[in-house]
Amino acid sequence: MDTNGATTSSAAGGGSTSKSSSKKHSRKPVYSRFTQQELPACKPILTPGLVISTFTIIGIIFIPLGLVSLSASEKVVEIVDRYDESCVPSDYSNDKLKFIQNPSINKSCVRTLTVPKLMKSPVFIYYQLDNYYQNHRRYVKSRSDKQLRSVSDEKSTKDCSPEDKTVDGPIVPCGLVAWSLFNDTYVFSVNSKTIEVNKHDIAWKSDKEHKFGSNVYPKNFQSGGLIGGAKLNSSVPLSKQEDLMVWMRTAALPTFRKLYGKIEQDLQANEKIQVVIQNNYNTYSFSGKKKLVLSTTSWIGGKNDFLGIAYIIVGGLCLFLAVCFILLYVIKPRPLGDPSYLSWNRSPAGHPN
Amino acid sequence: MARIRKRSIQLSKLCSFACCRSSSQDEHAQIGQKGYSRVVYCNEPDSQEQIRLRYRGNYVSTTKYTAVNFIPKSLFEQFRRVANIYFLVVACVSFSPLAPYSAPSIILPLVVVIGATMAKEGVEDWRRNLQDIEANNRKVEVYDKSSCSFRQTKWKDLRVGDLVKVCKDEYFPADLLLLSSSYEDVVCYVETMNLDGETNLKLKHALNVTSFYSSAESLKEFRAVIKCEDPNEHLYSFIGTLYFDCQQYSLSPQQILLRDSKLKNTEYIFGVVIFTGHDTKVMQNATDPPSKRTKIERRMDRIIYVLFSTLILVSFIGSLFFGIETNNDLSGGNYTRWYLRPDKTTVFFDPRRPAVAAFLHCLTGLMLYGYLIPISLYVSIEICKVLQSIFINQDQAMYDEEMDRPAHARTSNLNEELGQVHTILSDKTGTLTCNSMEFVKCSIAGTLYGRGMTEVEIALARKRGEQLTEQAPIDASESKKSIKGFNFRDERIMDGKWVSEPQSDVIQKFFRVLATCHTAVPEVMGPDEIMYEAESPDEAAFVIAAREVGFEFFARNQTSIKLRELDPTSGIRVDRVYELLHVLEFSSARKRMSVIVKNPENQLLLLAKGADSVIFERLSKEGRAYEERTKEHIEKYSEAGLRTMAVAYRELDNDEYKTWEQEFLKAKTSVSADRDVLMDELACQIERDLILLGATAVEDKLQKGVPGCIDKLARAGIGIWVLTGDKRGTAINIGYACSLLRHGMKQIVITLELPEILAQEKEGDKEAIAEASLNSIKLQILKAKSQVTEESSTEFGLIIDGKSLTYAMDKNLVNSFMDLAMRCATVICCRSSPKQKAVITRLVKSVTGRTTLAIGDGANDVGMLQEADIGVGISGVEGMQAVMASDFAIAQFRFLERLLLVHGHWCYRRISMMICYFFYKNITFGFTLFWFEAYTSFSGQPAYNDWYMSCYNVFFTSLPVIALGVFDQDVSARLCLKHPLLYQEGVRNILFNWPRILGWMFNGLLSSIIIYFLTTNSITGPAFRKDGQVADYSVLGVTMYTCVVWTVNCQMALSINYFTWIQHLFIWGSIAFWYIFLVVYGSIPPTLSTTAYKVLVEACAPSILYWLTTLLVVIAALLPLLSYRAFQIRFRPMEHDRIQIQRRRPESTEYDATQRRLSESSEARTSSELPSEVRIRIDNLKASSKRKN
Repeated sequence: MDTNGATTSSAAGGGSTSKSSSKKHSRKPVYSRFTQQELPACKPILTPGLVISTFTIIGIIFIPLGLVSLSASEKVVEIVDRYDESCVPSDYSNDKLKFIQNPSINKSCVRTLTVPKLMKSPVFIYYQLDNYYQNHRRYVKSRSDKQLRSVSDEKSTKDCSPEDKTVDGPIVPCGLVAWSLFNDTYVFSVNSKTIEVNKHDIAWKSDKEHKFGSNVYPKNFQSGGLIGGAKLNSSVPLSKQEDLMVWMRTAALPTFRKLYGKIEQDLQANEKIQVVIQNNYNTYSFSGKKKLVLSTTSWIGGKNDFLGIAYIIVGGLCLFLAVCFILLYVIKPRPLGDPSYLSWNRSPAGHPN
Repeated sequence: MARIRKRSIQLSKLCSFACCRSSSQDEHAQIGQKGYSRVVYCNEPDSQEQIRLRYRGNYVSTTKYTAVNFIPKSLFEQFRRVANIYFLVVACVSFSPLAPYSAPSIILPLVVVIGATMAKEGVEDWRRNLQDIEANNRKVEVYDKSSCSFRQTKWKDLRVGDLVKVCKDEYFPADLLLLSSSYEDVVCYVETMNLDGETNLKLKHALNVTSFYSSAESLKEFRAVIKCEDPNEHLYSFIGTLYFDCQQYSLSPQQILLRDSKLKNTEYIFGVVIFTGHDTKVMQNATDPPSKRTKIERRMDRIIYVLFSTLILVSFIGSLFFGIETNNDLSGGNYTRWYLRPDKTTVFFDPRRPAVAAFLHCLTGLMLYGYLIPISLYVSIEICKVLQSIFINQDQAMYDEEMDRPAHARTSNLNEELGQVHTILSDKTGTLTCNSMEFVKCSIAGTLYGRGMTEVEIALARKRGEQLTEQAPIDASESKKSIKGFNFRDERIMDGKWVSEPQSDVIQKFFRVLATCHTAVPEVMGPDEIMYEAESPDEAAFVIAAREVGFEFFARNQTSIKLRELDPTSGIRVDRVYELLHVLEFSSARKRMSVIVKNPENQLLLLAKGADSVIFERLSKEGRAYEERTKEHIEKYSEAGLRTMAVAYRELDNDEYKTWEQEFLKAKTSVSADRDVLMDELACQIERDLILLGATAVEDKLQKGVPGCIDKLARAGIGIWVLTGDKRGTAINIGYACSLLRHGMKQIVITLELPEILAQEKEGDKEAIAEASLNSIKLQILKAKSQVTEESSTEFGLIIDGKSLTYAMDKNLVNSFMDLAMRCATVICCRSSPKQKAVITRLVKSVTGRTTLAIGDGANDVGMLQEADIGVGISGVEGMQAVMASDFAIAQFRFLERLLLVHGHWCYRRISMMICYFFYKNITFGFTLFWFEAYTSFSGQPAYNDWYMSCYNVFFTSLPVIALGVFDQDVSARLCLKHPLLYQEGVRNILFNWPRILGWMFNGLLSSIIIYFLTTNSITGPAFRKDGQVADYSVLGVTMYTCVVWTVNCQMALSINYFTWIQHLFIWGSIAFWYIFLVVYGSIPPTLSTTAYKVLVEACAPSILYWLTTLLVVIAALLPLLSYRAFQIRFRPMEHDRIQIQRRRPESTEYDATQRRLSESSEARTSSELPSEVRIRIDNLKASSKRKN
């Protein structure tokens, strides 16, 4: 239809041009469907039929979609274990801050997780933080993409204050984000047999290849007065520091999960997994929770019931509306062109001016 | 006396051409004082004295800007808008650490928007500049003293004091003093079309003392000094003195030739430049027409203020929470959120001084939520309006074939106001009528001649329900060729048959009077073709009528008039020469004109024509033979809407004439102040004892399609006022003819022509008259009001005359008068002056507070056009003055119907939808930012990448909204015209009332909530892809933004009614462009693209969840509007919904049948009443709108 309209209008325009040019100096507007505002157009109207069918179609598509997503989400097996409270020895339970800030105390803590259902490989390990504002403007801005990318921009630490430089020179990687790197570690074992945790390929490919330089090595990192989080091996280039990359992809909301590693073997149902946690990271001062999450994925990703439910609700709402309209139509059929239903023939309160 | 002069016709003796009399002496005494200080040294532009005065050169510039000041001045203009200042401040602050975005991403959209507006200004100004260049570089011949000859110079190089020569059909380059012309009696003819729109020639004549300087050689010696008034804008006055040869001569406007008027019928003139360039009267007059703002724009400003308050409120809330959170960062000596390093922080996040941080954050918030204010709103609206005007200009249905004139929107900023017109104030002559007079009937010696039926008669006959005998076809076949100004059909007179009529001698005399008693000038175009240049179209009609009957006036010189007429005895056409002795000119006071001629038989005759009342009281006893019957006929004619004129003559006695002439000449040459009075008295003396010959009837033809158009406009519920200078009777008749007054309508007449008032007037006590008049008007208004309220079911037509109107406009009465007038469907103000027209317009505008539209064609309508909200000029025969002052120019009154009902309706709808939508889309976007803020502890971190945001208004959402503003149509043009009631949507402002605007805003808020919460809950938290990756800040931003772009564009698709390929291209193109943008932006190095780096390609696109979320969110966000619209169409359909649905099912519903019946009957009738249903509806409307007011 579109192309048709275009060609006919141009042809008509051309025709009348030649006609009017033969008439001398006529100021008559040249005819074209465009200038006369007569372009071929479709003019959809919300007739009852259209409304009902639209709602029905949305409902018919959405409810199955929701069911499918929900079932995909159901298939995902997820183990969530909150350890921030229980990993504090009982004698420190009134002053957790003191516990976490004291470097001389042993922070390791053992947790046992039960696998509810068979977890097919790969099983993803996440840590989940709560009430942690990685999206705070001060925090987000406190980094230097230039510095991360190339050695020559080492000194561009303009935005990194106060973690920009030490007396020995610029900090690499600089800024609050890198400085506050998460430093809890997990060691998994089943029946005293250690489970291998694959920490490769947990970062985005673009981060490894483009954002973090392969010739940029950590420098002066965590060497200042206040130690924020994890230290980095200064002999490994940034492009290999996948934990850092994951951490530096700042989270959107104050509750977030980050990928810790992958277990590339199936975990059988009812297996007991022992996790040795080095509980180093301070979330106690802002009373944030820490959770360890083991999860498989499906095509939809992790365990996410919300989407499926939302689809079903929206679809159901549409069907409900469709039914309402059908009922209205059956119970009170009314010719829509009835002039007595003109808006201003009725009570003017409906359309106050 | 019969000296032959070269082509000189001393028309100056026909005083009627002289438009202004020389000003009286006392004004000249002011020369040299303040305001009268200009000194011109004629022919000595190089003299020290002249140069010392430093008058401006003749260079004119009408541009708003110059090359130098364009940038600063247009920038200044831009930043007079509050919104733009806000954006400028934001841009400046964006360089500080306060800014939530990077500075370039804020500045770029501002630069684009300001740049686009400035470019538009620049182009417009450049066009003006080209016109200026053209005018400045026109050539004129300037006298060169050294070579004693004229040489060509450019206009701009003229200086005060220069002598110039202007040739035939050239424009005067500056205001000149006429020295001499090619005529020996130093006159010249001037056309002042460009100044006042009058097309008739004006006569100017130089002082006799300068008339000798008529050759280049003689000019060498010419020296004179002119002292005159300073530059001013009064076109018709000039005060100055010429010092020449140690003598003083008073100068009057008669000697002044104004810039931009044209020399006509004169070979050349010599003149001295007095005023140059911007000092000339025409340039002094060239003030910009008052800039008009539409109601929608004014309301839009208020909405902007609402949004600003929202913005401030939201930022305040944000900063309050931010302050609390920041304060909490330091609790009991411990820093809670240690990862923010609150111990070593800047002032912006310092928990030790949370109040300062909160205050500074408030500023950040003002910038962050700035997206609530649509930056591109103004420029988009301007673009739309310009394009809309192009459509108006291009509309073929508003093109007049005859005049070769399309409609022309002279200002583009009033388009949508066209859709809201509540009252139309119309001029009559030239607007409703063609102002082309047609001689249709005459009564000679008490016999009626002329068989044609006027439109008024047809209408009246229809009104009475008489069966009309079809006669038009006969006319059409009979007449060989229609002659302009002549529509007289009578086989008894035509083709020389009058000879055999019983009263043939009277008929002969009658037409001789018509052929000689006038001031027209014949122009022989060909052997058989003679054109007449007459002062008024009436006069031309008479001369043409005389010619057609066989009394052809073909030549005139200052002393004689030559006719070629049929000799009844021999039956041959012979030339007869009438010696023209005197012309007693027409004036509105005298209401008559006469000439004194000596016919070839040496008889002295006074031939007169004039208003019936004036002529009848001057008849001699024996001249009243046909008085009764003629009076009767005149009555009948005026009932038929014709303009009548009585024709009489008198044979003069030689002696009587001689004595009279002596006195008359003496009076004429006298210079005393009461010369005019004296001449009038003398004219009265000779114009008596007339013998009545008959009367003429001239039809002021209605323009084509006027009744139909008025009928349509009335059915659209638009009140129509006619403001005319006509007599009451004529006005009422015209009212009927063009269906302003309809059968079944009650007439309310307010007049002062009551016996008691007339009696008072005879007594002459002015104060008493005024008081009595005022009381009488007051009583009449009160009586009429009670009548109107009693019988509310009938329609009323109010007729008031100008004199009564002045009293009705008294400040104690005006409110009750306007109240009365507003309740009447039609108001006719007759005998109103141009000034009154403007006053009435202003009153209607201010009392009703609604939109008024004035339509007129003549210079007398200019005040009215400028006063009204919209001025529509008819580019008719009366020149361009009205058009120049108007906002829209159309060629025919009937085009008003299309201009209002189609273009007005569309434009109103488009602009109001567009603005609502603009606010919607920005609120949707702005509030997603706010919700996100709530989850970042209000730290001021935007949810999206800087560049997504800066492209939002400019790239992702602007084109569809412009397409809406330019192309959308709820119903087609045909249906707009078929259902005029649809127009009420605009009058009642249904599409742009506060509930609707707030509704759209609420919809935006709802959309933002749906988008934010559905997106965050779907996508964040657990992994969003099969490979276990979680959605971070950048992914959430992209997902949310995708949803916003989709939602906003689909919302547009849902709310427009008209999809052409353009809409499809823009809407879907904008969405596609977002993805393209993401890919392109995401592929540039990460140091520039930051969070957007490969975000779509790598992270989002492979995730099914991303696409599923988009679908869910978009549908969910569209549901509220969709279901609202569905329910609304079902339960509370708006007029356009109803029509749209009807169009779908043309065959069904009873209503459609009634509609068809109605439209059929409305086509059949020209002057019948409104269909009752329509009237009831209109009444309901009025009632409901009144309740609201």
